[in-house]
Amino acid sequence: MDDARISRGGLSPRLWLAGGWLLIALLAAIFAPLVAPQDPLAQDLMLERLPPFWLDGAEPGYWLGTDSLGRDLLSRLIFGGRIAFIVAFAAATSACLLGSALGLIAGYFGGWADRIISRVVDVWMAFPPVLFAILLVAVLGTGLSSVILAIAIIDWTRFCRVIRAEAMSQARMDYVESARIAGYGRIGIMLREVLPNVLPSVVALLSLEMGIAVIVEAILSFVNLSISTDDPTWGSIIAEGRLSIHQAWWVLVFPLITLILTVLSFSQFGEALKARFDPVLR
Amino acid sequence: MAEPLFSVRGLKVALPDMTRKPLIGRAPLAEILKGLDFDLPKGSVTGIVGESGSGKSTLGRALVRLLEPSAGAISFEGRDISHLSEAELRPLRRNLQMIFQDPMSSLNPRHTIFNIIAAPLRQNGLGDRLKERVAEALQRVGLPQTFASRYRHELSGGQRQRVGIARALALSPKFVLADEIVSGLDVSTQAQILTLLEKLAAEMGLTVAFISHDLSVIRRLCQRVIVMREGRIVEASATDALFDNPQETYTRDLLAAIPLPEIDADWLQQKAPA
Amino acid sequence: MSACLDIRGLSAVLPNGQRVLRSVSLTVQPGEVRALVGESGAGKTMIGKAVLGVLPKSVRIVEGEMLIEGEDLGRLDAKARRTLIGARTALIPQDPLTALNPSRRIGAQMTDRLVRILGWSGERADTRIRQLLDEVQIRDPERVLKSYPHELSGGMRQRVLIAAAFAAEPRLIVADEPTTALDVTVQKQILRLIAQLQRDHGTAILFVTHDLGVVAKISQKVSVLYAGKVVEEAETTQLFDAPQHPYTRALIAATPRYTDPYASLKPVDEAVLAGLSAEIAAADQDWRPGHG
Repeated sequence: MDDARISRGGLSPRLWLAGGWLLIALLAAIFAPLVAPQDPLAQDLMLERLPPFWLDGAEPGYWLGTDSLGRDLLSRLIFGGRIAFIVAFAAATSACLLGSALGLIAGYFGGWADRIISRVVDVWMAFPPVLFAILLVAVLGTGLSSVILAIAIIDWTRFCRVIRAEAMSQARMDYVESARIAGYGRIGIMLREVLPNVLPSVVALLSLEMGIAVIVEAILSFVNLSISTDDPTWGSIIAEGRLSIHQAWWVLVFPLITLILTVLSFSQFGEALKARFDPVLR
Repeated sequence: MAEPLFSVRGLKVALPDMTRKPLIGRAPLAEILKGLDFDLPKGSVTGIVGESGSGKSTLGRALVRLLEPSAGAISFEGRDISHLSEAELRPLRRNLQMIFQDPMSSLNPRHTIFNIIAAPLRQNGLGDRLKERVAEALQRVGLPQTFASRYRHELSGGQRQRVGIARALALSPKFVLADEIVSGLDVSTQAQILTLLEKLAAEMGLTVAFISHDLSVIRRLCQRVIVMREGRIVEASATDALFDNPQETYTRDLLAAIPLPEIDADWLQQKAPA
Repeated sequence: MSACLDIRGLSAVLPNGQRVLRSVSLTVQPGEVRALVGESGAGKTMIGKAVLGVLPKSVRIVEGEMLIEGEDLGRLDAKARRTLIGARTALIPQDPLTALNPSRRIGAQMTDRLVRILGWSGERADTRIRQLLDEVQIRDPERVLKSYPHELSGGMRQRVLIAAAFAAEPRLIVADEPTTALDVTVQKQILRLIAQLQRDHGTAILFVTHDLGVVAKISQKVSVLYAGKVVEEAETTQLFDAPQHPYTRALIAATPRYTDPYASLKPVDEAVLAGLSAEIAAADQDWRPGHG
């Protein structure tokens, strides 16, 4: 029987690796002024295009080298992480709250509520997301809050679709009828019986969505539609690095690696969390 | 006997038939129950038997008003409950309880056994002395108190069904619907659950509607039997009368089709009804 | 003459070392019906799967032999084993709906096995299938062959699968709870059909079931299983007249009988189960694969 697969105990290596990277990146971003070896905005043309520490010509204190204006790359990445995490948490959480709530209502109540919400989702998903984001930021104006709002507005459908499907299958369970027999109302049943059973999926999607938000923010910065160009963001560093790829490859490669590791970690972390919570109770 | 607990007259239930749903628009209604009349006397255990498609489960769900009848009347203690709204039903729920067929799917995997049994108590104004009441309910069904902190996946099939019974009886209801409550269990567990229900029904003076496809089980547990087929009542009478002297061919066919655990070389030779 | 199926001391374990079959021995003689009865988790379905060579990967056979008509499956390579099992055995499954592909017509699915595995011509397979449909008393074979599985009733689907199982003239059929999902009147029709075809074709059947009532009606021999161990095996008449093992007696007493409501439905005595567990634990203690 499925139930025999009781908790495997301990954390999986996947959870450790992904969680470890996210924790390091997050702490570095929060304590950026303390951690960063240099001022991320300080230009020094004497120090332009310094290579990373293991290559000839490297300077101590500039571990990952400098860009074409002599700014320290590691410091810029650390400060760029602040924007990345703010966007990840704020945008993903908003998308999650909106999408999950609508998905829960559509899936559990069905009928008209479901028909209206599902049609809106269908129409929404017909737009290519990145174009949609660029369009939205163009309308809302650049800036941190616009970026967050744009991502939330675009990606709530991801939550809505998944949670709707899960809520629908939950609604058919006998324990839902049993709660009616116990005298619970519809809202009470939704919150008490259905919600706890869709939460693992919500958590997994939330983590995945944080990774996606990081990417979308990077894309928007890359095309110069995110926040003001002074503050470093991973997307803007990548955009600059692209211009000097032949003279200083590290300015492009390190931010790319940082971005990929972070996005992968978010998705793996979510999956691992779900796997950890699921077999025990399902 | 005094007035019946349930009095059902001309009961019809129609449900959307999803197999005939057109691509666009609503599914047409199919009549599942086609006019039923019967009473459930107070304190009696009535068996409702039938094969798949007979409408026995639909009937059960109409009695506890999980479904709304399309015609006819269901009187509970003299009051017609057939068209009460969910809010109007809420005060009555305390006396209209149900034990489900599949104890796996009827227990929420995310709640402890304590919370599962406590839910109907909390919701029906018995939230005081909750610990005591849950402990009492567990004891009544023969489960140790330590089970209160467990989850459904930590229990065996028979134990899960005991929790289902404990939940339904925690409120000391007047009526309990038992829908195929042993059909998923092994025979040894089945016997335990049935003797438990038999004992509790007698002790608490419950009125029980016991839905089953198994006439052998019904004979042991029930004082009265309703035989259903395709949404209609074929035969209804006292248990002994029905088994000793079935009036309808269909009832006789059903009895003859049961393979009893005893040697009978002729059984396979008798033709089964088409 | 060698037995149609001969299982000798078969033991199987899960990856965590837990034994799921405990030195199971049983035979099915040509043309006889052997019932394999037990409660859930007793391992009865597992034995059926072992015979058909479709055990889940997690279950490992650690000792014992299985012979089909005297040929030791363990001595054959994988391909030869598949060919032998394919030619001599067939399955009547529990759930006729999931056993059939929902998007293919019944006719195509029935002839498939004959054409692909046994290499029959399409024409020969078609004739044979129609003959069998007649034997399972399907009166309008044209309609049934053209139908999709969901268009037939449960009883009809089970008839189709019985016809398919007998079509290739296997020596042995494993029937895995073939009537559990059916209504009682349909169950009787299906049991009658299986018994009749079994007699007409002289096929041996390993009949897996949890229902002692079905055992009493369909089988000549019976093995009672508990926790992967055969606790009693006997002629069916003997088993019901004079059950030897306390567990068998308890099982018979627990099975409901409308003719005798108060002598049946007796809960199994805890002492009986405790005794069984002790018996099994003691046997496991001494057991080493290959020496048991």
